[in-house]
Amino acid sequence: MTTTLRPPPAAPPATGRSARALADAVLRAREISIAGALALLILSTWAANPRFLSDQGVKDLLLNASILVLLAVGQAVVVITRNIDLSAGSVVGLSAFACGTFAAGTEHGPLTVLLVGTGIGLLAGLVNGVLVSFGRVPALVVTLGTLYIVQGVDYWWAQGEQISAGEVPGAVLRLGSGSLLGVPYLLLITAAVLAATAFYLRSYHGGRELYAIGSSPEAARLAGIPIRRRVLAAYLFSGAVAGFAGALWLARFGTVVADNARGWELTVVSAVVVGGVAITGGVGTVWGAALGALLLTTIGSALVVLRVDAFWQGAITGALLLAAISVDRVVHLRVTRALRKRSPHHADGV
Amino acid sequence: MPTASDTAAGRPHPEQRPGGRSGGSSGGRPTRPGPAGRVKGVALRWDTVIGILLTAVFATGLATTEGFADPGNLAFALNDIAEVALIALPMTLLVVAGQVDLSVASVLGLASALTGALWEAGWAFELIVPVVLLAGVAGGLLNGWLVTRIGLPPLAVTIGTLALYRGLASVVLGSNAVTGFPETYARWASDTTTLPGTFLPYPVVLFLALAVVTGVALHATALGRALFAIGAQEEAAYFAGLRVKRIKLLLFTVTGLLAAFAGIVFTLRYGSARADNGFGFEMLVIAAVLLGGVDFNGGKGTLIGAVCGVLLIGVLKNLLTLNDVANEVQVIVTGLLLVGSVLTPRAVAVAAERRHRRAAAATAAPPP
Repeated sequence: MTTTLRPPPAAPPATGRSARALADAVLRAREISIAGALALLILSTWAANPRFLSDQGVKDLLLNASILVLLAVGQAVVVITRNIDLSAGSVVGLSAFACGTFAAGTEHGPLTVLLVGTGIGLLAGLVNGVLVSFGRVPALVVTLGTLYIVQGVDYWWAQGEQISAGEVPGAVLRLGSGSLLGVPYLLLITAAVLAATAFYLRSYHGGRELYAIGSSPEAARLAGIPIRRRVLAAYLFSGAVAGFAGALWLARFGTVVADNARGWELTVVSAVVVGGVAITGGVGTVWGAALGALLLTTIGSALVVLRVDAFWQGAITGALLLAAISVDRVVHLRVTRALRKRSPHHADGV
Repeated sequence: MPTASDTAAGRPHPEQRPGGRSGGSSGGRPTRPGPAGRVKGVALRWDTVIGILLTAVFATGLATTEGFADPGNLAFALNDIAEVALIALPMTLLVVAGQVDLSVASVLGLASALTGALWEAGWAFELIVPVVLLAGVAGGLLNGWLVTRIGLPPLAVTIGTLALYRGLASVVLGSNAVTGFPETYARWASDTTTLPGTFLPYPVVLFLALAVVTGVALHATALGRALFAIGAQEEAAYFAGLRVKRIKLLLFTVTGLLAAFAGIVFTLRYGSARADNGFGFEMLVIAAVLLGGVDFNGGKGTLIGAVCGVLLIGVLKNLLTLNDVANEVQVIVTGLLLVGSVLTPRAVAVAAERRHRRAAAATAAPPP
C-alpha cells in the first residue's frame, strides 16, 4: 500500500498535511500489520515450544520460506501490472526436473545449473509475456493454458522417474545446504533478489511504470508508457525467477520428481495477496509479498511445532487469507471516507 | 486505486478500454456489436468454431477409433466428466457476470468428505443429502457475502475459500476414505444405469436438463440480460436499476449448491468419499467455460458455447485415451486448446479490423 503512483491529494495545505499523514500511517500499516501478525505468531509459538526459535529452528523457518518468497517476488511484479502468472508453480516443477536431468551424474557447477533453470524460466516467461502483451488476451486464461502445457511437458518428460540426491553433483547440493558466515546461501540469494527487485520497483522509471499500468491502463497508455514492453518484461522476470527457484529446489532437496511444486500457483498468489498486493493491480510492494510468503510458511511450521492436527492447516491458512484481505479492504474504505471528510477536494480513492 | 466496479469485473487487459470490449468479435448477443462486429465476414463466432471443432473431433472418433461409437463408451465418456459439466453451468453464469469462483472443487471435496463422515456416523443417506447441499449453499453464501458486502475481488476471495473449504474437508474426514454407500443410490451415478431407451447415464441426463434451464435463464429472461449487463459494465448496470449485489449473491449461492451436488455425484460414482476428491477441478471447469468462448472479462458468451466446451474436453479425453495417448499429452492438448481459444478470436478480430481499415481507405480515396 505504500507505493501507489497516485499523485498526492490536491488538498488545501492546512488539512492536507494531517490527512496525508493519517493516510500514510494507516496505509503503511498494511506491511506493518503483516509483520506484526508474523511476530505474534512466532512469539506465541516460541512461548509454547522454545526450540522453535533455536538457531536451527530459525534457519529451517527461513529456508522453508525462501523458495516461496522468491516466487512471490516474481508474482508480485506481474500482479502489480494487473496481470497474473498461474504457470509459475509448474515452471518450478519443470525447471527442477530439467536441472536434475541436466546435472545428474555430471560434474556441472552450481552456476551452470542455475543458468539452465533460469533459461527454462525465461522461455516460459517469454511465451506468457508475448501472448498476454501482444496477443492482448486475458492473462488468467493464457497462464492457465501454459500451466497445463508446462505441467504436461514436465510429467511426460519425467514418466514417473525421479532424480535422487546421489546423482546430483555435490557442488550443486552444497549451494542448497551450505552457508556463508552462518547464513545459508539460499537466504542470501533470496534476500538479494528481493532487495534488487524492491529497489528497481521503487526507484526506476521502469518500475514506477509497472504501477502506472496496473493502476490505470488507459492513463498509462495516454502517458506514453510502453505497456506491451513493460508487461512482457514483468512476465520474463516472473518466469526467470520461477526457473531460478526450480534450480534452487534441486539444490535444496536433491530429490526431484515430476510433481514438485504441484498446486503452488495458488499458494504463490495467496502469499502475494496476503502481502497486500492488490489483485486488481497498481498497489503493493515486493516486501509485502515476501512477508506474506513468510507468514504462510511460518503458519505451516508453527502448526507442526504446536502439534496442531495437520488436517487443520489448510483451513487455517484459508481463514487467515480471507481475514487479511477483508481487514485490508475495510481499513482502506475507512481511510478513504476519513480523507473525504477532511478534504472535499480529495475525490479520488474508492 | 481501482474502483469498485474494477474490483468486481475481473481483470481487464491493460490495453483494453474501460468496459472491456476491445475486439468485439465473439459472442455477446444482447450487447451491440463493436466496430469489428459489423464488418462483413466476422460472423464466425468462437462458440460456432468450438461447435465445429467438437463435431470434427466426434467425426474423427467415429472414423478412426473402434469402439468409440459404442453407446457404452459414449455413456462412459460423458459420465466421466459429469461433475465438471455440472459445475460448468453456474460457472458460465458467473463468468458472464464478470465473476469467477475458484472454490468450486473445494466445495466438491468438502461435500464428499461430509457425505463420508455422516455416512460413517450412521446417518441415513436421505438425511445426508440435504445437509450436504445446505453446506454447499453456506459455502456459496460466504463467497457471495465477501464479494458483495465487503467488496473484495472474487478471485482473491475464492482463492481464500479454496484453501478454507479444502482444509475443512480434511478436518472433517482426515485422510480416510469412506466406502460402502448403498447400492440403491450408487447405481444412479454409475454409467451403466441409463435413462430407459437411451444410452445416457443419469448424471448426464441431469446435466442436459439443467443446461436447458440455464440456457433459457441466461438467454431468454430478464435475469440473464442483467448478467450480461453486469459483466459488461457493472456500474452502469447498477445505475440502470439492477440489483447487482443481490444477483451476484444469488449466483455464488447457486454455484455452491451445484458444486456440493457434484460432490455427492462424485462420491457415489467412485463409491469413495475422500477429502481430496476433485482436486484441481476448478481449473478444468474454468478451462471448459473459457474454451466455450465465454469472455473472462465478462459480458460475452453463450451457454451453448460453454456446453460445447465441456463436451469437447470430455470427448477429446475419451478419444485420446482410447488411442493410448498418454495422460500427460492430454493435459498439454487441454492447455493448447485453451490458449488457442483466446488467441483465435483475437486474431480473427485483428484481421477483420485490418481488412475493414483497408476497405475504408480504398473507398475514401478519390477515384482516379
